Amino acid sequence: MADPRYVPAPEHGASAGVLAYLATTAAVLLLMMLFGLLMRAEQARFIALGAQGFYQLMTLHGAGMVGIAGIAGAAIMWHFLSRYVALSARILHANLALFVAGVAMILGAVLLGGFHGGWTFLHPLPSHSLGLWSDAAAAWFLGGMLVIGTGFLLLQLDVARALVAGYGGFARALGWPQLFGRDDGQAPPPTVVASAMVTVVNIVGLVVGAAILAMMLVNLYFPEFAIDPLLAKAMIYFFGHVFINATIYMAVIAVYEILPRYTRRPWKANRAFLASWNCSTLMVMFIFPHHLLMDFAFPTWMLVMGHIIGYLNTVPILVVTGYGALMIVYRSGIVWDTASRLLFLSMFGWAAGAMPAFIDGTIRVNYVMHNTLWVPGHFHTYLLLGMVAMAFGFMYYIAKPAAQARDGLVDRAAFWVYLAGALGFVLVFLYSGKQSVPRRYAEHLPEWLPYDRLGTFFAGLVVAASLVFAGRFLARLAHARGGQARATVPVGAAA
Amino acid sequence: MLQHIVWTVSLALMLLVGFGWSFAMLRSGIREAEYAPLQKRAYRLRTRFFWALVAVFGVPMVYTLIDLPYGAIRPAEGAGAVQEVRAVGHMWRWELSADRLEAGRPVVFRVSAGDVNHGFGIYDPDMKIVAQTQAMPGITNTVRHTFVRPGTYRVLCLEYCGLAHHDMSAEFTVDERS
Repeated sequence: MADPRYVPAPEHGASAGVLAYLATTAAVLLLMMLFGLLMRAEQARFIALGAQGFYQLMTLHGAGMVGIAGIAGAAIMWHFLSRYVALSARILHANLALFVAGVAMILGAVLLGGFHGGWTFLHPLPSHSLGLWSDAAAAWFLGGMLVIGTGFLLLQLDVARALVAGYGGFARALGWPQLFGRDDGQAPPPTVVASAMVTVVNIVGLVVGAAILAMMLVNLYFPEFAIDPLLAKAMIYFFGHVFINATIYMAVIAVYEILPRYTRRPWKANRAFLASWNCSTLMVMFIFPHHLLMDFAFPTWMLVMGHIIGYLNTVPILVVTGYGALMIVYRSGIVWDTASRLLFLSMFGWAAGAMPAFIDGTIRVNYVMHNTLWVPGHFHTYLLLGMVAMAFGFMYYIAKPAAQARDGLVDRAAFWVYLAGALGFVLVFLYSGKQSVPRRYAEHLPEWLPYDRLGTFFAGLVVAASLVFAGRFLARLAHARGGQARATVPVGAAA
Repeated sequence: MLQHIVWTVSLALMLLVGFGWSFAMLRSGIREAEYAPLQKRAYRLRTRFFWALVAVFGVPMVYTLIDLPYGAIRPAEGAGAVQEVRAVGHMWRWELSADRLEAGRPVVFRVSAGDVNHGFGIYDPDMKIVAQTQAMPGITNTVRHTFVRPGTYRVLCLEYCGLAHHDMSAEFTVDERS
């Protein structure tokens, strides 16, 4: 049984590397949100980018958002994990340098080379452009993705090294002695368990992603090196699913570490917690066939496996992590500020987004919902209201000048505008999916325009609130390096 | 219609989640000093929540597996001779071997692609999806469907395939059964 007492660990400010990650996150996130807004405005016929402009933005938005979610998640994981194990700052910096280089390659491929094959780069589209982009443009895009993936792989290998050095192996870092033996209350902290889980799945995912990218690069110049399109699709979705999910599992560390400070209650890794994270390690890797439910040629048993794991995957999110957040906040006397509000909201976004997600993973439902706007509807719920809220929450926390510092009216208003905007934005997507509106369409039928116009309005609210969040973080950057106490002590608790 | 059920159920579940979060937030103001007794009560409730979730989600998880859309294992519905349609996706057009079908008789669509990945989505006269599969080069996916309503149906591309992806459509007519 875990010890119910809470002893706050000393605060430590963010390192220069973590701050560079967060500043990059703020800038790229805003730019990608702006691209998203432009895409919705184009579908609503408020602007006229043209089909190629739309698909170029779509390619950048997808690749950019996935990449920057990785950077934000890595910053959070690195910041807190470095308290428990010795991580290499050089590797942290190298990953950011490779990320920037990869982004430059992708921007060049799309904006100069005209590449618009989508961030999922399904084979053989990159090599079949009908003359709309060159093989060189496709190679720069695929190469850019490969460079970014290599950076993240280096970072994960360093985390793996540090975990093995600090805890004697992954079994201990994942809490197996306490999970399968006697729970002596000495399980590793949630941050270590989460980092170990992310490292296991991300190393496998990134290696598979790098393999298919390398195969497609060879195929571009040597077409006789043939690739099975279904195998390519499975590898791409395996990598893509694992990587984007890992960003949430990294970012949730902010919730595990920060909410206990606000509530003065412990969030420890008990047996249910360990079981949940160990199950998630397997489920995140084996759920990927739910992206291939409409590929009837894929082995049926794997598709059924994707369907079943989709349902099972909701249990850890709802019963352990989500419920844990409710438990720690309930009757805690917490003093809400923008950081704690965003972190608490993020758990709602994750749990709520899991609902339309697992329903879409039901094979019979996928038959009429696959690749409609239902899909961006559910993933924007747990990314925009979940993962991004975790990132902004962490930014507010780390840059907070003092525990007693109060947020201004602008910050409080921005929080509610963000909540209303994001909720409206995802519900419009989901409703459009119900109406069978396809995703990834530059032009919509006239009967779909009202949804697009409403979606554009809500997207504008999200961008406006995000500008406040990012601006506040950058304005308070100087406070982020200090070791001052940040969380407000709850009403009725000892300081 | 399935889409309507899906929307309603999803919204209800999201609202329930929202209710849980709102409840905890509204009850966060006054501190219960001792966390251990609260934890004990909450863990007991969590066990019940876990089993409720298993029961509520477990039934549809299994039940929905009864009717899988996969052509190879799906029995033909409706009476009469099977109507077969070959559908091939190209950038950016559909090639259909038939454009008139009969309602009430089973249809088998053999779907593939000549170049890149496409998505073969069948829209009914109200522009709602009734069936779909992926159209891939080198692979033939089989969709079995029996149209109940006569009218004009459209095929839209449901997998991103480049510049005119949104313009890639075709039509066929489903006639009353003769």
